[in-house]
Amino acid sequence: MYIPHTDAERQQMLDGIGVDSIQDLFKDIPQDHLFPNMDLPDGLSEMEVLDQMNLLADANNSTDELISFLGAGAYDHFVPSAVDMLLRRGDFFSAYTPYQPEISQGTLQAIFEYQTLMANLTGMEISNASHYDGATAAAETVITAYYHFRKKRKSVILSPYIHPDYIQVIKTYLQALDDINIIIPETDSPEQFIKNTSSLINDDTAILIFQYPDFLGNILNFEDLINQVHENGGLTASIVYPQVLGIMKSPATMGVDFIVGEAQSLGLPLSFGGPYIGFFTTKKEFIRKISGRIVGETVDADNKRGYVLTLTAREQHIRREKATSNICSNQGLNALAVAIYLSLLGKSGFREVSNICYQKAHYLSDKISSLDGYHLVNTAPFFNEFVIECPIDASEISEKMAEIGILPGYDLGNFNSARRKQLLIAVTEKTTREDMDYFVKTLQESTNA
Amino acid sequence: MLEKTIYEISSKGRKGFRFPDLDVPSTNLPNELEREHLPLPELSELDVVRHFTNLSRLNYSIDGGFYPLGSCTMKYNPRVNEVTSRLPGFSMTHPLQPIETVQGNLLLMYLLQEWLKEITGFSAATLQPAAGAHGELVGGLIIHAYHKSRNDTKRTKILIPDSAHGTNPATSNMSGFEIVSIPTDARGNVDCKTVSDACDENTAGLMLTNPNTLGLFEEQVIEVNKIVHAAGGLVYGDGANLNALLGIVKPHDLGFDIMHINLHKTFSTPHGGGGPGSGPVVVSDFLKEFLPGPIVEIVEEGDDELPPLYGFVTPEHSIGRMKAFHGHFGILIRALTYMMIQGKNGLRSVSEHAVLNANYLMALLKGTYSLPFDRTCMHEFVLEGVWDDVPEVHALDIAKRLIDYGFHPPTNYFPLNVHEALMIEPTETESKDTLDQFAKVMLKIAAEARESPELLKEAPHHAPVKRLDEVKAARELVLCCWTPNQ
Amino acid sequence: MEVKKDRNYAKTDEWVKVDGNAGKIGISDYAQDQLSDIVFVEYLKEPGDSVKQGEVFATIESVKAAADVNSPVSGTVKEINETLLDTPELLNSDPFNEAWMGIIELESKTDIENLMDAKEYESYCESR
Repeated sequence: MYIPHTDAERQQMLDGIGVDSIQDLFKDIPQDHLFPNMDLPDGLSEMEVLDQMNLLADANNSTDELISFLGAGAYDHFVPSAVDMLLRRGDFFSAYTPYQPEISQGTLQAIFEYQTLMANLTGMEISNASHYDGATAAAETVITAYYHFRKKRKSVILSPYIHPDYIQVIKTYLQALDDINIIIPETDSPEQFIKNTSSLINDDTAILIFQYPDFLGNILNFEDLINQVHENGGLTASIVYPQVLGIMKSPATMGVDFIVGEAQSLGLPLSFGGPYIGFFTTKKEFIRKISGRIVGETVDADNKRGYVLTLTAREQHIRREKATSNICSNQGLNALAVAIYLSLLGKSGFREVSNICYQKAHYLSDKISSLDGYHLVNTAPFFNEFVIECPIDASEISEKMAEIGILPGYDLGNFNSARRKQLLIAVTEKTTREDMDYFVKTLQESTNA
Repeated sequence: MLEKTIYEISSKGRKGFRFPDLDVPSTNLPNELEREHLPLPELSELDVVRHFTNLSRLNYSIDGGFYPLGSCTMKYNPRVNEVTSRLPGFSMTHPLQPIETVQGNLLLMYLLQEWLKEITGFSAATLQPAAGAHGELVGGLIIHAYHKSRNDTKRTKILIPDSAHGTNPATSNMSGFEIVSIPTDARGNVDCKTVSDACDENTAGLMLTNPNTLGLFEEQVIEVNKIVHAAGGLVYGDGANLNALLGIVKPHDLGFDIMHINLHKTFSTPHGGGGPGSGPVVVSDFLKEFLPGPIVEIVEEGDDELPPLYGFVTPEHSIGRMKAFHGHFGILIRALTYMMIQGKNGLRSVSEHAVLNANYLMALLKGTYSLPFDRTCMHEFVLEGVWDDVPEVHALDIAKRLIDYGFHPPTNYFPLNVHEALMIEPTETESKDTLDQFAKVMLKIAAEARESPELLKEAPHHAPVKRLDEVKAARELVLCCWTPNQ
Repeated sequence: MEVKKDRNYAKTDEWVKVDGNAGKIGISDYAQDQLSDIVFVEYLKEPGDSVKQGEVFATIESVKAAADVNSPVSGTVKEINETLLDTPELLNSDPFNEAWMGIIELESKTDIENLMDAKEYESYCESR
């Protein structure tokens, strides 16, 4: 399929090359390994493939069919129709990386606008063109700090209330850099983390990273810790869930140096975990230290405004083994989706959706915590995700709820066995009051029985 | 300017979207947390659609024209892929749902793992890496973990050919290795003697691209890999050029231990203006335990009545997680759709025609352009974009002039070991007509270089913008169109 | 391509002009031409730091390349040319005079013996 050649053309081409058959073109291949057998099915037509794929898709229970309160790093937000419709334009999705800027102004300007939107949303000065996801963006802040201090500062402090996948990814990325010391203080609560961590900060601290809201939904003030790290000459990063920035202050106001995170909630479907997009924003002074593509404004030979990939001397194709990161791409089409989403919602729409998530989540948390045996664990403010302590194990609740088509949230027993009676519950603008009331009713019934 | 920015179009009070009215009571936020200013633009839906539609029209794309970009494999992106990846049964699933509720997804991933293993000859696969470079990092970290597990701590060096893509040395650095550069010989190969001389007890491994970045099949690949193994090292295959090998030869049979695959190259998933891609990694059996997790396996066997249960498993000595959740699922759907349409014969036909197209185009151009390595090429070939009689004309000028004729330029200035390189990869989805037309234009440009070189030096003349001032962009950094401080 | 006679050159294209106990260092005309438009300079040594012959003193970025500047002599850094931080393009226009990069108090005069003189450097450049 998708191969246009006719028999006649093939023959003409072989004549033009000067060989008898296509096989002759493979004479450099070790002949006893040539044309191996592949135990694979025959090709299908488009109609047959659609049948097969529909069967696979139907074998799932999607969030359309279930009532889902799952969050934990991926959120079921509404994606406006205009977003996907624009992404379907072949001029966008079948375009290559904009290395020839004269014929890629569409992609370049869209990324430039994405950078502007993310910088303005987070309140930081600049943004790059994106990383693979929030976890890898977080890992890149550590690498940036490591090289910024010329490998002289070896200690990295991570809040234990960062998403566990993100902590794992940071560890993976640093495993070959032997001398880095990753410190994850053991604490009983997020508030205690802020208190206890003070004593760990010194002049060997390269970077301290916290999440906002944290994995358990808490929104805390890190300003004192950030100041302390800065007084010791180190850097700080915050992993932020961007939806919260619609109505709540950004950690930029606390003086943090990097704000990174997962921008999936800004116009990308759940898609079973990917592809997503890691945003990376920071202060101007670090622009040459950070990795990833960056688009800058300039003019052409006629003095017309245009855009190019800039500061490319940081990147792998120039620095090679001296590059701090091997990243060769950005999430292109996903950055475009985010730019469209934020442009479409705009100031009022984004405020609106952010507020709706907050209000619905607080409605649900009030309702659940008024049930016998259930209580809200969060003592700090939260946005749209919170922790409920249940009278029985969360896994038991999940099992019972599965039978009636409800995903009650994330079982925090996976995060920490001491929290096996706790559920991490997320609410978005897609969750209706009926769904929430039904959920509350069934929670009550599941523990009465 | 071509098109205003969203902030320039923005008009105070304009709305583009509304949500349903709030169906729960409203409460106040804690004062100290409330955000005062939200500096986002204000546009109508038509503003947004028109703006991004107009932007899209400024782009060159595969849908619009030929991209002879070496090493990028710019083949046609089938439309059916865009349909299957959007099926709500796939796109509306949360990564943390109980596995019983997403067996369709898990089976899809399992099948893709099996297809990739069978095509390449390897024993195990991970679909987690987000891009080729990400997959390369997996390779580097697996080599690091393997030697560490055997307490073989003196293995600190990776051999990399001088023609290698920049990500190879960057990856090696991130994996804690030093780089030993291996020169390319006169036939465009990495040869046994140089590799043998470079190997010692500090050798952790070799990173090899085959076919290499010159588009040539490494003639000594089997012996070279044996030498590295004998010295105790591992061989990592950069799979960027896999489009030449489908059904032709299995890289595992050539002695590779680990390989990454670019789904957005070989398996037709869209380039998207720079991503998202996907870079699965396949390994030999003895390295399976180091793969990043989770990977998909059958966790409960089926029987006459029930199908098997698919689930996630993290290998015993896994190097760890490469990203949150499971990988670029939306891209995996597209790749599997493509493979199922091709089938085993279709895949071989893909590579046969990719190689046919490249050799045909090379034959048309080699009289007029200098060919540093005059050998049968695989799916791509490299020319020198410079002539002795017009030394002021460079590869860059030829590239920019091609734009005036409606073609995207080939890859420029890579690989580094060819002077003024132009790397050309037609791919199998381009017709003979397109190749003939492209060759004709390349010959015309060669003539123009002699007769009126300024046509090349000042090109492009017919693009939305002329040559852009990259020095100005780097010196006067403007990275945002509008900020609250302006 | 200009090669000034009053100084010595390293294989990595840096020059040093000795004046008493101090050596002024910079990059050669050949180097700036190879890099093309220079957009950024970062000093990795400050006044007071010691530096060894061949050690990285600064990095230079152009639009298409990045390069290390290695000190051609060993000693203590006395001064660095801060004007280059704001106007890196001076390295392209005047690499031998206004765009000097550093002044090093020499550890020993014998360092110069490891370097090329103007004539040797000129032939070296021609052979590349």
